[in-house]
Amino acid sequence: MATTEVLVMEDTIKKDTTRLTTDWQAVRKQFPVLQQKVHGQPLVYLDNGASSQMPQSTIDRINRYHSAEHSNVHRGIHTLSQRGTDYYEETRKKVKKFINARHLEEVIYTTGTTDSINLVAQSYGRKYFREGDEIILSEMEHHANIVPWQMIAEQTGAVLRVIPMTDNGELKMDDFHHLLSDRTKMVAVVHVSNALGTINPVEEIIEAAHARDIPVLLDGAQAVPHSVVDMQKLDVDFYAFSAHKMCGPTGFGILYGKKELLQEMPPYRGGGDMIDKVTFEKTTWNDLPHKFEAGTPPIAVGIGLGTSLDYLNEIGMEQIEAREHELLDYATQELSKIEDVRIIGSSAKKASVISFLIGDIHPTDAGTILDQKGIAVRTGHHCAQPVMQHYNIPGTVRASLSFYNNEEDIDRLVEGIKYVKEFFG
Amino acid sequence: MSIQEKQERIVKEFKVLQDWPERYKYIIKLGSKMDPLPEADKVDENLVKGCQSQVWLTADMNDGKVEYYADSDAAITKGLVALMVRFFSGHDPNTILTTNPDFIDEIGMAQHLSPTRANGLASMVKQMKIYAMAFKTKESLS
Repeated sequence: MATTEVLVMEDTIKKDTTRLTTDWQAVRKQFPVLQQKVHGQPLVYLDNGASSQMPQSTIDRINRYHSAEHSNVHRGIHTLSQRGTDYYEETRKKVKKFINARHLEEVIYTTGTTDSINLVAQSYGRKYFREGDEIILSEMEHHANIVPWQMIAEQTGAVLRVIPMTDNGELKMDDFHHLLSDRTKMVAVVHVSNALGTINPVEEIIEAAHARDIPVLLDGAQAVPHSVVDMQKLDVDFYAFSAHKMCGPTGFGILYGKKELLQEMPPYRGGGDMIDKVTFEKTTWNDLPHKFEAGTPPIAVGIGLGTSLDYLNEIGMEQIEAREHELLDYATQELSKIEDVRIIGSSAKKASVISFLIGDIHPTDAGTILDQKGIAVRTGHHCAQPVMQHYNIPGTVRASLSFYNNEEDIDRLVEGIKYVKEFFG
Repeated sequence: MSIQEKQERIVKEFKVLQDWPERYKYIIKLGSKMDPLPEADKVDENLVKGCQSQVWLTADMNDGKVEYYADSDAAITKGLVALMVRFFSGHDPNTILTTNPDFIDEIGMAQHLSPTRANGLASMVKQMKIYAMAFKTKESLS
């Protein structure tokens, strides 16, 4: 079945509206992982925030690479290598378009969001941070947007400042504005919180930081897969995200950076591909984007991401965002009806993530029983321990919804939660 | 009772439990019946590093036999912890060091002991053996 035939009723879709015109049942069928049973029951996959699933087209594309195209990219003179390079570089063009970057060389391939942030922290930080300089983060950061900054702070003598959040899970923006000062050298915040779902007011953050010539990095791991993210419109300086959270394979990600900033930054990993000339006395660097891409990359995975982007484009990010919002509303409404369920994070603007606790049942206990019922959720601190410390809880159960989920999945989750309550009651 | 007899005893106990809810409920019951660890022992030094639920473990040795004491903040983990405490307690360090809790496989809980599982149980067994090793060393020095 060709993807294009079933995905969208082309005649009715209007890209500029959020009216749902997609055949979501047909969409769901294109994800083979979802068609299985776990512990004897049809799988309900609600761990999309950790890793989303791949459509058949991406899986087929990766298979094709392995069965017919495998070789090494760049510099190869033979046909397979040149073809592979073309396909691999094609993804860069697709990413550029997907996030509306100004230049192709602003799209840097990395191994994921974590790697992207480490790149900026080490490369930009080592060049520009000095003792007493300040890096502003927020209380709701994923560890991937805390630890790399702690490491560079230790190396340079810079210090971290933290934007606190309210109990609803919203950034205290007054505090943010007060934190900005002449010492601030970087603002690095999460676009959409993985633990709470909060969509942060990043436009306001960027505007305020830029008024003082401070660059902004956004951790977009949970934002890019679920909405239209436009680099030029945001005017953000650095933006990090991962392939595996946007229906792509694992081990691949993107760092978007403004060209003028990236050009001035030194490479942070050395090796093949990133060089211009090497002698034992001195090495000169390759141009952007390759300066930051040392070594043989995960080629199959990079090509796979290109196919995933085609897939997302085919449905349309506006459609995806609207559908996920619909599912979030339904899930919030249904979970709120269950006595003793406490939703953690109730920001006015939320992406399709629901973190919750069931009475005083430990999240791992709840997750273990839900798994027995064929329901995959994430439990624990979601690599955001400061968030858990804020609420003084050991962790949460997190259901993160994707466009291929449906109301039935949410009904199964509700049934599952009721069963958990009964089980531990 | 030898440690081997204990293995068989535990397997037998679980044999009568029909399905997974019964097995898990039994495990939770074992946890709730375990002697509580004094609050003073629930400190970071006694924490077994696990990713999600917390497990505290202490031990002492009387007449050449190791006794373990433990607790967890999650009910299922606590039950599994109670099983391990019961299994390894009352044996000499050599026995503890040379015995693995094979029963966990037979009672259908093998996935919980997987070192990749984020519940700390695998680390707990390792920590129990480290205690046994420490007691053995101490014994040989005295």
